[in-house]
Amino acid sequence: MGKIVQVNGLRKCYGGTVAVDEISFEVQEGEIFGMVGPNGAGKTTTIECLEGLRKPDAGTLRVLGVDPQQAGQALCLQAGMQLQQSNLPDRLKVWEALDLYASFYPKSVDWNELLIRLGLEEKRNTPFAKLSGGQKQRLFIALALIHDPVLVFLDELTTGLDPQARHAIWDMVRDVRARGKTVLLTTHFMEEAERLCDRVAILDHGRIVALDTPETLIRNLGAEERVVFIPGRPLPPGFENSLSGKVQLEVQGERVVIHSKNDLQVPLVSEVVNLLASQGISYHDLRTEQPSLEDVFLSLTGREMRE
Amino acid sequence: MKSLIKMVWTEAKLFLREPVGAFFTLLFPLIMLFIFGTVYSNIPAGPGSGGPGGIGSLIPAFMAMVIGITGLMAITITMATYRENGILRRLRTTPVSPLIVMAAQVAVVFTMTALGTILLIIAGKLVYHVRFDGSLLSLAAGFILASLSFFGIGFILAGIMPTARTAQVVAMVLLYPMLILSGAAWPRELMPAAVQKVSAFLPLTYVVNLLRGLWFGQAWGEHLLDVGVLSAMLLLGVVISVKTFRWE
Repeated sequence: MGKIVQVNGLRKCYGGTVAVDEISFEVQEGEIFGMVGPNGAGKTTTIECLEGLRKPDAGTLRVLGVDPQQAGQALCLQAGMQLQQSNLPDRLKVWEALDLYASFYPKSVDWNELLIRLGLEEKRNTPFAKLSGGQKQRLFIALALIHDPVLVFLDELTTGLDPQARHAIWDMVRDVRARGKTVLLTTHFMEEAERLCDRVAILDHGRIVALDTPETLIRNLGAEERVVFIPGRPLPPGFENSLSGKVQLEVQGERVVIHSKNDLQVPLVSEVVNLLASQGISYHDLRTEQPSLEDVFLSLTGREMRE
Repeated sequence: MKSLIKMVWTEAKLFLREPVGAFFTLLFPLIMLFIFGTVYSNIPAGPGSGGPGGIGSLIPAFMAMVIGITGLMAITITMATYRENGILRRLRTTPVSPLIVMAAQVAVVFTMTALGTILLIIAGKLVYHVRFDGSLLSLAAGFILASLSFFGIGFILAGIMPTARTAQVVAMVLLYPMLILSGAAWPRELMPAAVQKVSAFLPLTYVVNLLRGLWFGQAWGEHLLDVGVLSAMLLLGVVISVKTFRWE
């Protein structure tokens, strides 16, 4: 089974508002597939249709070969779900939650091992309400993995977390993929999609505006690569002419910015560094500015990705 | 079955960790007994005792009170809060069925209600030497019928009210007049005739009548109306509870 999830012409309206407008995509076995876009783009509606929590108005959905609306328990048994809005009783302890959820499935993994893997073993006796945001999310990931599912849905799993907790969760998701599972996630952090996902669907106003690997999306953008540095002495005139390709040089006070369309064979930064070295010019504070998925979104929609 | 047992056990622990619920189910009836017991024991021929020994009639009345409180408050608040907070939403993504979720609540709240009742009877026996003229088996059967018929109201309220807060307020609005007018808090015989007529519309009145009759050894045949009303409530309660259950 190569295709774990197939979506064809999914459409969902709430009242007069079209939340998801005829979207189609496929998720391959073993990949981390991300849906990224601003709030209200239709990510959560799509994932909840796939989870069987919402009924689509139109379109064909196949998750692990079955229609989520018809699947009933079969889907719950094979897919693990982490929802955007869900909770556990305040006074329920971490180990009790795992023990309880493990009892719902005919077979489950050893939750003690899950606790250790997710770094929650010190919190096993802590009531749910006393956990931090990141710990709650890790517990929800543990609950989503407790029956060893082949497919894991993660909806906005790092929203509201500090950067450190976010990185820890990314490692966990990569670990899930390393165990051969397929992950379908949503996020409104472009950086998260770029660093975590094998393939990304960019959603805006209920439509997929782009779908590919983050690298391809960025490369196809043909955006500029920029190298910024402060030279030890003023650059000789025509410095940039010795660089290959079409480059532009801009002097901003003592700072120098060199732009280039990133269609070069050699990265711009190594050319610039080599040239500076060959001319014996010292420099400091050198950094490069690469285009990111954020720029892809901007160029596709004409808007900044803002919450 | 494995999940039902685990869920009952988990919910029982959660129930006892919630001080308010545990207080109203287990301790509040005892406190009421001691307050009224002290008052009554100063009046040799208890007013409106409805049977021999004024304090004796308090025990079935307070049993009804516990049933009213757990059925209307405990079940309503737990279920409405679970839905509002997304606890049911998370459960929905597992193979667990709504019937298991409801059955676990019934099992736990029933056990706690029974515990509160047993404590009440023991305290009545030990402290006030109350007379008990009925059969324990018969009383237990009446208690089971009465509590299960009341749990339905809690599930229905939790199912149809938009938020946990409204469900709780509506439950209280229903509960307080019932406690006061049904004879659960003090004897109906002390109330004016007009109020007694109103109390005929309150379900808890039938619980008080049935349990008090059984406590004093009256036959089930003398309480056909009470049994009929409570059985109808039980039946409707189960059907409507299942129909009105919502995960979110």
